Amino acid sequence: MDITVNILLTIATAATPLLIAAIGELVVERSGVLNLGVEGMMIMGAVAGFGAGYLTGSPWIGLLAAIAMGALFSLLFAVMTLSLATNQVATGLSLTLLGLGLSGMMGTSFVGQPGVRLPNLDIPGLSSIPIVGKLIFGQDPIFYISIALTAAVTWFLFKTRTGLTLRSIGDSHTSAHALGIKVIRYRYLAVIFGGACAGLAGGHLSLVYTPQWVENMSAGRGWIALALVVFASWRPWRVLAGAYIFGAVWIGQLHAQAFGIPVPSQMLSSLPYLATVVVLVLISRNKRLTMMNTPASLGQPFVPDR
Amino acid sequence: MMRLELVKRPQRSALFSMLSPFIAFALTIIAGAVLFALLGVNPLTAFRIYFVEPISQVWQLHELAIKAAPLILIAVGLSVCYKANIWNIGAEGQFIFGAIFGSILPVLFPQFEGPLVLPLMLLCGMVGGAAYAAIPAMLKTRFGTNEILTSLMLVYVAQLFLDWLVRGPWRDPQGHGFPQTIQFGDSAVLPELMPDAGRANWGFVFALVAAVLVWILMGRMLKGFEVRVLGSSPRAGRFAGFGLNRMVFFAFLLSGALAGLAGICEVSGAIGQLQPVISPGYGFTAIIVAFLGRLNPLGIIAAGLVLALTYLGGEAVQSALGISDKVVRVFQGMLLFFVLGCDTLIHYRIRVIGLALTKQDSAAKLEAAPKLKEAR
Repeated sequence: MDITVNILLTIATAATPLLIAAIGELVVERSGVLNLGVEGMMIMGAVAGFGAGYLTGSPWIGLLAAIAMGALFSLLFAVMTLSLATNQVATGLSLTLLGLGLSGMMGTSFVGQPGVRLPNLDIPGLSSIPIVGKLIFGQDPIFYISIALTAAVTWFLFKTRTGLTLRSIGDSHTSAHALGIKVIRYRYLAVIFGGACAGLAGGHLSLVYTPQWVENMSAGRGWIALALVVFASWRPWRVLAGAYIFGAVWIGQLHAQAFGIPVPSQMLSSLPYLATVVVLVLISRNKRLTMMNTPASLGQPFVPDR
Repeated sequence: MMRLELVKRPQRSALFSMLSPFIAFALTIIAGAVLFALLGVNPLTAFRIYFVEPISQVWQLHELAIKAAPLILIAVGLSVCYKANIWNIGAEGQFIFGAIFGSILPVLFPQFEGPLVLPLMLLCGMVGGAAYAAIPAMLKTRFGTNEILTSLMLVYVAQLFLDWLVRGPWRDPQGHGFPQTIQFGDSAVLPELMPDAGRANWGFVFALVAAVLVWILMGRMLKGFEVRVLGSSPRAGRFAGFGLNRMVFFAFLLSGALAGLAGICEVSGAIGQLQPVISPGYGFTAIIVAFLGRLNPLGIIAAGLVLALTYLGGEAVQSALGISDKVVRVFQGMLLFFVLGCDTLIHYRIRVIGLALTKQDSAAKLEAAPKLKEAR
C-alpha cells in the first residue's frame, strides 16, 4: 500500500510542472497567441528560483523569483509579437533558444551546489491519516497551487465576462477590436500570465522536484506542456488529466529503469517524447474536435487599424 | 505611458529589406557589449577575442568553414520549409539520423573499401535524414498533426537513439569502454580541401552547391513559385492546382535530406566516428541562420559564416577570459530576436507615441479622412 501511495505522490510531483505550464499556455492560446517559448521561460524560472533560494536560503523567495522571472521573460515575447507584430512561431523559438543560453550562463556558479526545497504541507493529525493523509494533506505547496489554478482558470474562462472577452479575442481579433475591446492589452496580460505560470513550473523543478541546478533541467517539459494544450483541446480539466497521464509515463519509465527491465534505458527515456507524438496523432485524427476548439485566430499577428 | 504604433507601409520597403540583417547585427553587438560589461570584461577586448582573433589566420578560416558547412546545409533546407509556411524545427534530429544512416557502411562493413564508399555514405545520410523528416510530414498530411511539436519531439528520440547505439550495439569493442564507434577507415573519411592549409573538408563545397541549387529552384523554377504561393496563400495555391500535402512532403524531405547530408559530412569529415553527442545544436542554430539570411539561400551562406563565427568566438572567450561558452547561445538567441524585430520595419513604420503627441495624432486622423471617403 505504501508503495502505491509513494508512486502516486511521485506522479503528482512529475505532473505538477507540466500542469502549471500548460494551464498558463492555455490562457495565452485562448487569447489567440501561440507562445512556443514555454521551454525557455520554464528554464529561466528554474534558474532564477534556484538562485534566489540558494542565495537567500529561503525557498519561498526562490518561488517568487521564479514567477517574476517567467513573467519578465515573457514580456520580451509580448513586446515582439504584440507591439512589433513579429512572427509568433519564430519569436517563440528564439525565446526558447535565448532562455536555454541565458539560464546556462546565469547558472554556471550554481552547478553542484546544494539547493533549498519547499517543505511539504504538514497538518498535525490530518497528514498522518493512512493513505489519503499524505495524498491530500501532505504534498508540496505548488501541488495545491496547480489544482487551484486549474479551477480558477476554468472559472475565469467560462464563468466571467472578462474570460468571455478573452476567448472572443482568441476567436476573432478583428471582431473584438471592432467592438472596442483592447485586443493588445488583453493579450499582453495573457502572455505575462502564461510566463508567470511557466516560471512557476520551472521553480517547481528546481525547488521541489530536484532541488538543485542542472543545465537544461526542463528536458523538453515546456514542449510537452504545449502538446498538452492541444491534447486537451484547450480545456483546463482535460489539461489536468493529460498532465497526470504524462506524469505517470514519466515516472513509469523511471521505475522501469530502476527495476532493470531488459530494455535499454535510452528507449525508456524516450517514452515521454514518443507518447507525446502518439497522443498528438490520436487527438488530431478527430478533426471535428480540433476544429471546434482551436482558437480561430491562434498564431496570427494582429495590427489594429486606426 | 509610451507606446509603439505600427503604420503599414504601402509596399514592402526595399531599403529595410536590405538593411534589416545589418541593423540586427549591430543591435546584437550593442547588447553584447552590455552583457560583457556586466560580466566585468572590457567589451572592446571581448569583441576582439570573440570576432576578430578567431579568423585572423588561414587555418582558422578553415575551422570557420567546418562550422559553417552544416549550418548552411540545414538552413537552406529550412528556408524552403519556412517559405512554404511549414515549420520543421526538428532538423537536429534529422541531422543525427543522417549521421547514423551514413555510418552504417563504415561501422558495420569496415572491410568494404574503395572509391564507392563515400558516395554511398553520403547517399545513405541523405536518405536517413529524409526518412526521419518523413515522419512529421506523414503525420501532418495523414492526421493533421502539428508538425512543430512532432518534429521537435523526434529530436529527443533521435538523441537517445544515438546514445544507445554508441553505448550498445555499435560500440568499438577495442575502445576501452568509451562510448564511441570504431574510427572510420580511410576511404570513409571526407577528404580535406587543402590539407596543407587547414582542416576544411568537402562539406563546405556541398553547402555552397546546395545553396546555389536551391536558389535556382526558388527563383527560377515552377516548384519555387509553388512554394511561395502555398506559403503566402494556401487557398490561392489550391486554385492553381498546387497540392498542399505534396508540398509538405517536398519541403520536409528536402530539408531532411540536407540536414542528413550535413550530419554524415560532420561525422565523416570533422569527427571521424560516431559519439553520443555529434552536434553543438547545429539544427537549432540553423533556424537562426535561415532567418538572418532572410530565407534566401545566398543570404544564408553569409549568415552561416556569421553564426559559425559565434561558435568559434565562444570557444575563444571561454579559453581566454573564462566566460561560460553558454554566451554563444545567448548571442545567437539575441541575434534572432533582433532579426525578427527588424523585419517588422520592412512592412511597417514604427511610431513612438508619447504623452505630448496628441497634435500629430489629430493630424494623422485628418490625413486619413479623405482616404476613408475614397474607400467608400
